[in-house]
Amino acid sequence: MPAAQLARIAVLITALACAAMAAAAEIPLDQRRSDSSFVSPDTRAMQNDGTANPGMLAVLDGETLWNEKAGETHKSCADCHGDAAAGMKGVAARYPAFDAQLGRPVDLEQRINMSRAGDQKAAALPFESKELLALTVYIAHQSNGLPVAVAEDAQTTPFIEAGRAIFERHQGQLGLSCAQCHDDNWGKELAGNPIPQAEPTGYPIYRLEWQEIGSLQRRVRGCMSAVRAEPYDYGAPELVNLELFLMWRARGMTMEAPAVRP
Amino acid sequence: MIGRALIHVPATAKRGDVIEIKTLVSHIMETGYRIGVTGQPIPRDIIDDFVCTYNGEEVFRATFYPAVAANPFISFFTVATENGTLAFSWTDQQGATRVQTAQIKVE
Repeated sequence: MPAAQLARIAVLITALACAAMAAAAEIPLDQRRSDSSFVSPDTRAMQNDGTANPGMLAVLDGETLWNEKAGETHKSCADCHGDAAAGMKGVAARYPAFDAQLGRPVDLEQRINMSRAGDQKAAALPFESKELLALTVYIAHQSNGLPVAVAEDAQTTPFIEAGRAIFERHQGQLGLSCAQCHDDNWGKELAGNPIPQAEPTGYPIYRLEWQEIGSLQRRVRGCMSAVRAEPYDYGAPELVNLELFLMWRARGMTMEAPAVRP
Repeated sequence: MIGRALIHVPATAKRGDVIEIKTLVSHIMETGYRIGVTGQPIPRDIIDDFVCTYNGEEVFRATFYPAVAANPFISFFTVATENGTLAFSWTDQQGATRVQTAQIKVE
């Protein structure tokens, strides 16, 4: 290929890249849509039917675990928190939340394990274990219908901004940022599937591809692998910051756990 | 192992009504075709039989094969004939069975 032609192509690529960067902008608040609105009507019907949504099986398991005694103190979650329908209402909508002792935000899974370690004197449940997901989705389910309301104050703002930096950073061998798909190109298609806005209102989700329930961290790690970046480890502060930013981005939107996704 | 089940049966129906019944059961439905991290095939583990009886009479039966997804959801129709009990039973390939029942009132 002649050098002049190569140079023209290089200029074109640079121009396209600049255009893509220039387009990066937050989705206006009134244009935000639940990711449920991007899935097929069949999948949406499955999510909305309590007997057809396979995530509800995990909610049932979570209810059992909530009332089960655990650890050296031989206490159940219910012994301290009472009825989850009352005590846990709205809690998941506020997570990740700032923990003063750690000096950083923790997500719901981490908070459950802190309670297990501190109050129940029980072993931590591993990330993505059936038990931890069941408890998380049971608690998250109690907030359904309520608006996402993570704290936005002097303590959390630096972490929201840290999460935003990860969201907007070009990552991996493909050099893509989260924002390029989910801010700039939502509603278009990627490999035949609609690109959603990535509003994490329904986590933990039941994903048909996984054939099981999984966390927001698992989902985000999947995206990172897809752009051929090395995903952060489960529980990494960076991943929690990103979760916090995503929840802040979905502030005011309606909770709907467990959502069903393709 | 067959986990818990969710069942939806209308609590009441008119005699002769066609009613929809929905069931969802927790099971991994491992096909037997996948390879595990050690390179060995993961053994097949599936539910292979589902039966619904209405006051002891069989009204629906299904046989499952490895292509059925995890947590099988089955929905079917029957005619409401009399007050009574609908019994649902799932049997896995080892012969373990989970039975769950639901009541229906027919006017």
